[in-house]
Amino acid sequence: MFVVVAGAGKVGFHLARALVPDHEVLVIEIDPSRADYVGEELGEEVVMQGDACDAATMERAGMERADMVVAATGDDEDNLTFCQIAKAKFNVPRAVARINNPQNEGLFKQLGIDATVSATSLIMAHIEQELPWRGLIPLLMLRSHGLEIVEVRIPSDAAVVGRNLRSLLLPHGSLIVLVIDQGGTPHLPSAETVVQAEDILIALTNIDSEEALRAALTSPP
Amino acid sequence: MFVIIMGCGRLGAQLAVMLEDQGHEVTILDLDKYAFDHLPPGFKGRKFLGDGTDQDTLRRAGAERADAFISATRGDNRNALAAQVAKHVFHIKRVGSVIFDPIREEVYRELGLSTINPTRIEASLLMEAVMKAPVD
Repeated sequence: MFVVVAGAGKVGFHLARALVPDHEVLVIEIDPSRADYVGEELGEEVVMQGDACDAATMERAGMERADMVVAATGDDEDNLTFCQIAKAKFNVPRAVARINNPQNEGLFKQLGIDATVSATSLIMAHIEQELPWRGLIPLLMLRSHGLEIVEVRIPSDAAVVGRNLRSLLLPHGSLIVLVIDQGGTPHLPSAETVVQAEDILIALTNIDSEEALRAALTSPP
Repeated sequence: MFVIIMGCGRLGAQLAVMLEDQGHEVTILDLDKYAFDHLPPGFKGRKFLGDGTDQDTLRRAGAERADAFISATRGDNRNALAAQVAKHVFHIKRVGSVIFDPIREEVYRELGLSTINPTRIEASLLMEAVMKAPVD
């Protein structure tokens, strides 16, 4: 695969280094001394000095034959512009953007960016997993149709404890895909699977149904 | 109308004054408080210190009730991001954006943003001025 990465900061550099053995990679870096450093470390052919959002630079990079672009700079506005130009002008089939301000995640999806990665959101999800709270932990936003994979821990006083999945009224567009028991063993759920306190349920849900799903699984009777 | 302007450089400040003179309510945002020095002393609109690409900041600046939003910083990418937040998150009806790079401007116009490209406009005005200049 030919992957063009915008930004050779820590994220872009380590990503490029990981991709180099198996893929053709080109990193576009605006800072000349940083670009030199990347050239020495990964090879001259892996780096290009220039503004990744500039169409002439993109053309020189061979953007029209890129299979994927990854926007890895520390600025969301640059990441968005790079992905939007790559898709709109060079017809790159897949664009992945690093998100720095988690509030931009939904917008980037709405604007057609295929996948987003937000370190803040990922760390938040891990922190939330450690906290006793009645909420859904978002694990993964899926590319299309506004679907998301979430995790929920069943509180011991939840109305669903002791009931089987068949009898649960879940919101439209939500599906329990995995049940992890207290011992940490995962089970593929069936209609007869009985929900136990402290079970972890992994569900696929419509983003709009998130709140209804949370209420259905965690509310007390 | 209630108009939010992002970027209080010469362009943003000039625009703010013009809108205010026409009787509109204006809030002007900038990251740098010294940028507000571009405004004349009598300016009555609201000066708001903050990042206009940030959704919380825009909400606090009143984006939910804004009739129009204009991004006029010197950064094309910031202008484009802010304009898209205004349009798609806050559903502001009138959104305008300055994009200096002619190619980027073309891409964003095709993606449905209302854009102004000062580079192209200035170039044609300069050309016109030179061509029409009297020659002895």
